[in-house]
Amino acid sequence: MPYPADRKYTKDHEWIRLNGEIAEVGITDFAQDQLGDVVFVELPDPGRHVTAGESFGSIESVKAVSELFAPMSGEVLEVNPTLKDHPEAVNAKPHETWMVKVRLSDPEATGSLLDSSQYEALTRT
Amino acid sequence: MTDTAASLRTTPLHARHRASGARMVPYAGWEMPVEYSGIVNEHLAVRSRAGIFDVSHMGEIEVAGKGALEAVQRVSSNDAAALKVGQAQYAGLLTPEGTFIDDMLVYRMGPSHFMLVVNAANTVKDFAWISEQVKLTGDAACVDSSSRYALLAIQGPAARDVLQPLTGVELSDIRYYWFSYGEVAAARVTISRTGYTGEDGYEIFVPPNMADRVWQALLESGRHADVIPCGLGARDTLRLEAAMRLYGNDIDESTTVLEAGLGWTIGWRKSDFIGRERLLEQKERGLARTLVGFEMLERGIARQGYAVLHQGNRVGQVTSGTQTPFLKKAIGMAYVPTAFSTPGSQIEIDVRGRVTKAQVVPLPFYKRVMGSGVI
Repeated sequence: MPYPADRKYTKDHEWIRLNGEIAEVGITDFAQDQLGDVVFVELPDPGRHVTAGESFGSIESVKAVSELFAPMSGEVLEVNPTLKDHPEAVNAKPHETWMVKVRLSDPEATGSLLDSSQYEALTRT
Repeated sequence: MTDTAASLRTTPLHARHRASGARMVPYAGWEMPVEYSGIVNEHLAVRSRAGIFDVSHMGEIEVAGKGALEAVQRVSSNDAAALKVGQAQYAGLLTPEGTFIDDMLVYRMGPSHFMLVVNAANTVKDFAWISEQVKLTGDAACVDSSSRYALLAIQGPAARDVLQPLTGVELSDIRYYWFSYGEVAAARVTISRTGYTGEDGYEIFVPPNMADRVWQALLESGRHADVIPCGLGARDTLRLEAAMRLYGNDIDESTTVLEAGLGWTIGWRKSDFIGRERLLEQKERGLARTLVGFEMLERGIARQGYAVLHQGNRVGQVTSGTQTPFLKKAIGMAYVPTAFSTPGSQIEIDVRGRVTKAQVVPLPFYKRVMGSGVI
């Protein structure tokens, strides 16, 4: 599965798609493949402030639990309502299944994030 | 995991797993397939049809000679004298404290010949222990014959229909926890009606050079019924639903047979075995803690190592836990004070800092509906 060029990536395998000061955050195809069947996604309540690099939730597969790390700082506006009953959407369509929408504190602060080709290279090491 | 791959052992089916796209992980010193098509898919296949597993990492230790029965009786918790030739039983390999060096299946191959099937991670430790004990009882020999066997399992309601066309052995004649010899796909094998999934099925001991042939034959025979290869991930979720204990999680050298709820594996009537005295004391004194099953009442999944709480105080520890694919519930097993061990008892699990309600439930979580066949 190719990594869309319309977004940035973290070394922890999250993606973030910016649209002005609003961004959607999800996990990559590589991450969902490593996790296996996702059965539960725990996300913050809207209104919570998250800081770049901070754990803002967790994702549980049948075999293990992993933390979700915020790619950038901001305020959580919305969590994806489909994930409550259909966490498996993360496996089926990882790059279309956003988990949270965030109002970014500083939309320019993308410094340490990777572009799609850098991220793809990371997954091949 | 590529860093350590060189030092990991591999089964005769390793190349087959890799070529088939299985995800390989290090497990107990072996590089093993953890999943093929996904744990949920594999788990449901075994509950509804059948799945095929490579469990060749398991160890085999044979004890033979005039004193074999005496030696096995000494190291095994269960009563091996009750076994007929061709029969197997589950047992503990115990420390003098009545705790688990390992758990195992004891196969009676002949009047004075036993095979103990043990966990991969413990094979070396077990062999050293058993050898030492065999020396004490005398007149028997003990061999680690693990490298002589590949072990394949076919598990699920369709297992017999898939295996039967490949063998002249009349499978309906093999009762639950019995075994027989014969050929499968022209390989000389031992077919055992045992497993670690809570389903009916067979475990097949195969010469290593014939493992791939038998594996392929099983897949081919099962193709019409959509029988699929499965990894250790589904094996773990299947055994947990069936409440079968996993060494290193639910039982180890710090837990006794009685605490683990495995008192039925103790052959009290035989004259002596290692651990007997302590277990008898514990039985008379009563248990301070017990292994129980629980279900989460609130959202959250308990995992191995999470604390069990009661009114905010830590009272125990989760030994296994997952969201199970078939029952679709978050379940687990934990050691709790015996006062909280009756079904219905309310406990809490510390899920990464969040206190989450759970309830003790009877084990097993899942029990297959027995068919009309011979069980």
